[in-house]
Amino acid sequence: MRVLVCVKRVPAPGAKINITADGLAIDTAYLAFTTSPHEECAVEEAVRLVEQHGGEATVLTLGPAEADEQLRYAASLGVAKAVLLPIVGADWDPQRTAAAIATAIAELESADGPFDIILFGNESADSGGFQVGVRVARSLGRPIVNGIKGIEVVGDGTVRARRESEVGLEVYALPTPVVLGVKEGINLPRYPTLKGRLGSKKIEVGQIVPDVAAGGQRMVTLLPAAEQVGATTILGHGPDAAAAVVDLLEELGVL
Amino acid sequence: MSILVVVEHDRGTVAPATFEALTAARSLGEPVHAITLGASADGLVDQLAAHGAAVVVQAHHDLLADYGPEAWGDTVAQYVGHTSPSAVIATGTDRGNEVLAHVGAILDLPFVANCLSFDTAGAFDTAGAADPWQITRVRWGGSLLEQCELSATTKLVTMTHHAVEATESPGIASTESFAPSLEPWHGRSVVVDRVERAAGVTLATAPVVVGGGRGVGSPEAFAPLEDLASLLGGVVGCSRAVTNNGWRNHTDQVGQTGTRIAPDIYLACGISGAIQHWVGAMASKKILAINTDPEANMVAKADYAVIGDLHQVVPAIAAEIRRRRNA
Repeated sequence: MRVLVCVKRVPAPGAKINITADGLAIDTAYLAFTTSPHEECAVEEAVRLVEQHGGEATVLTLGPAEADEQLRYAASLGVAKAVLLPIVGADWDPQRTAAAIATAIAELESADGPFDIILFGNESADSGGFQVGVRVARSLGRPIVNGIKGIEVVGDGTVRARRESEVGLEVYALPTPVVLGVKEGINLPRYPTLKGRLGSKKIEVGQIVPDVAAGGQRMVTLLPAAEQVGATTILGHGPDAAAAVVDLLEELGVL
Repeated sequence: MSILVVVEHDRGTVAPATFEALTAARSLGEPVHAITLGASADGLVDQLAAHGAAVVVQAHHDLLADYGPEAWGDTVAQYVGHTSPSAVIATGTDRGNEVLAHVGAILDLPFVANCLSFDTAGAFDTAGAADPWQITRVRWGGSLLEQCELSATTKLVTMTHHAVEATESPGIASTESFAPSLEPWHGRSVVVDRVERAAGVTLATAPVVVGGGRGVGSPEAFAPLEDLASLLGGVVGCSRAVTNNGWRNHTDQVGQTGTRIAPDIYLACGISGAIQHWVGAMASKKILAINTDPEANMVAKADYAVIGDLHQVVPAIAAEIRRRRNA
């Protein structure tokens, strides 16, 4: 089985997000970067699929040269191959991102054969466009369902995929080759082993330089969201505050 | 020109966010058409008319008997192709965002997800449509806003939940039937089975949530939180650090990539209040933080705080509740 997982490098903000002076990016001077959370789980799922069914997993990202770090992290967990679609400057809009990824996938598949399963995160943590995976799947003519929290390969080229709904679970039975947008909670990602970390330093990261036109959505500026204002009322310190807390619960009518 | 609203429903039960989309659509001053997919939604006409739909388009096809993102996407895209609305507005939910992503892909149009507001007062082109629209949308699950420009012949947008308050605008809607041309392959991504959840209080609907973070320290140490939650008729939630440590299941996670909660009160115990967690908790009516660190972000953002060790404070609260109940 050939599995491709597409990831995005995103800042890992703590309690507050600061915006750069030009308003076009978040100030990452003091931030670490990580793989967007849904995609961390997509990487884990790709590795598990290959462990269960054999084959090989590949990780792909469109991003700055520094996204090499996220590709090697995936490699340290068991992904065999890595491909970077390098861009310079600000994030690309979703249409442009998807067109670049679809083109790169076609190139990878013409060299090594089709991917049975392509995984995306449901949406990126930062821009949250909710569309790149769908656009790529449509471009490749393959089925896609988003929000997936369970994948089971049942043989005869069918994948059963589960997604949560308001009232329970929905089940889809999709023919491969298939594209799935996965959500955090599908699995608990492993930590890399020392051997994995060492091995990931040695892999060769392939490069496909994307060359596609911008789409119709253009970011103008970023703004801080309205903070909740008002001081915090301190009800007390330690267990002695219990009476004040219960007074509050009574006042709010939740007791 | 008209505005098309995609009605989100599950086998005939309308999603309330649809009324927010209709309310947003009305503000644009063009006739609002609402499209329902599948015969199960035929009964929604009166509700849609009450929220301002002038025309309800009822799409009928065997492959629309249940939800399927590809069948829904192609149906809406075909109707857009026939009628060229100036905008298509859908719900900023799993389904709404998914369907409009398909429509955008099929028609090669940009799609802007999770909008808070849009300003269409820009220069009008010859077709009468404002281009571009100035849009404010949410990023990082709502902790950061983005202003962007959307240039397209038909604007595709979803409204983030609660961005506008749904209001009624009583009227009579005419209905028209639409028969999309769908192929057997559209059926490959239609729901084939369902597992209904057992009835009861869920994290998303609980009136009280007792949340635990890294400060709880172990899976076993959640027992006092469980006890307090059950005394209050609520449920236990947790932060991403807790699920990443394997202490609790992801279904209990409150946050951007977990569940968004909106209880009457959220008791956040030993939770620092990272962005990831905060955006899942910020819709709570009141927040009480229990934390040893008076400088913790959760303490700063909460309405109330107790400065102290949750391992002592939580059992003390439970004991006080029992004492008053037995008094």
